[in-house]
Amino acid sequence: MTGMRDPLAIARGLGSAKDGVNHWWMQRVTAVALLVLAPWFIYFAVSLIGADQYSVRAAIANPLNATLLVSFMIAMCWHARLGLQVVVEDYVHGWMEWALQILIKFAYAIAAIASIIAIGRIVFSA
Amino acid sequence: MAARQRPLSPHLQVYKPLITTTLSIIHRATGVVNAIGALLVATWLIFVASDSGYYEWCQQILSSWYGKLALFAFSASLIYHLLNGIRHLLWDIGWGMENATVIKTGYLVVLLATGLTGLLWFVALRGGAL
Repeated sequence: MTGMRDPLAIARGLGSAKDGVNHWWMQRVTAVALLVLAPWFIYFAVSLIGADQYSVRAAIANPLNATLLVSFMIAMCWHARLGLQVVVEDYVHGWMEWALQILIKFAYAIAAIASIIAIGRIVFSA
Repeated sequence: MAARQRPLSPHLQVYKPLITTTLSIIHRATGVVNAIGALLVATWLIFVASDSGYYEWCQQILSSWYGKLALFAFSASLIYHLLNGIRHLLWDIGWGMENATVIKTGYLVVLLATGLTGLLWFVALRGGAL
């Protein structure tokens, strides 16, 4: 098998970055996680309606809730990052495209890290 | 070298909207809304954890009419994307790809999303007690 690719394309190193399958798969894996975590989060949020700051902290400090909340925030930020990447690939082009792609990666990494630190502070100071 | 203008494929608006295409577009739009919501949830968590007094400010916004409207939009978007996401995952394992089934599950998602969002807000506006 010599392959179907243009020899010039091979010489230039063009073609698939072999990253597509992982993107597709992680989008599904995070989706399955969110199938469980998102309904739990909605239930948890509704149970906190009208609660003051200390009651909210006490609820989050519960080890099971803290675990689920950290998992939810990681899964959602990851899933959002993967999804927004595709939306930007489809509609934004030129320098704006790569600037937005980097901004999205940073924004969702920071959102996940900040959530973990916030939940950690609540758990360990409760 | 300036890029040569290539012919474009027909745009979205020349096609008659169908249940399949409409739900697909809504899936993407709600995905973007949920992504923005994720950043807001992270911000809310920081306010809950900090002693800055921003939590009260946050509560004031969330209990105002525009705060409730934003929460309603976020919850409806989350519920729709979740239900339609199940449809996508089933397609991924090869289930329900027949045209008639795709149309049926599409309407089912709209029905369930409307019902569950309504139920959620019925509970929420009664004060959150289940």
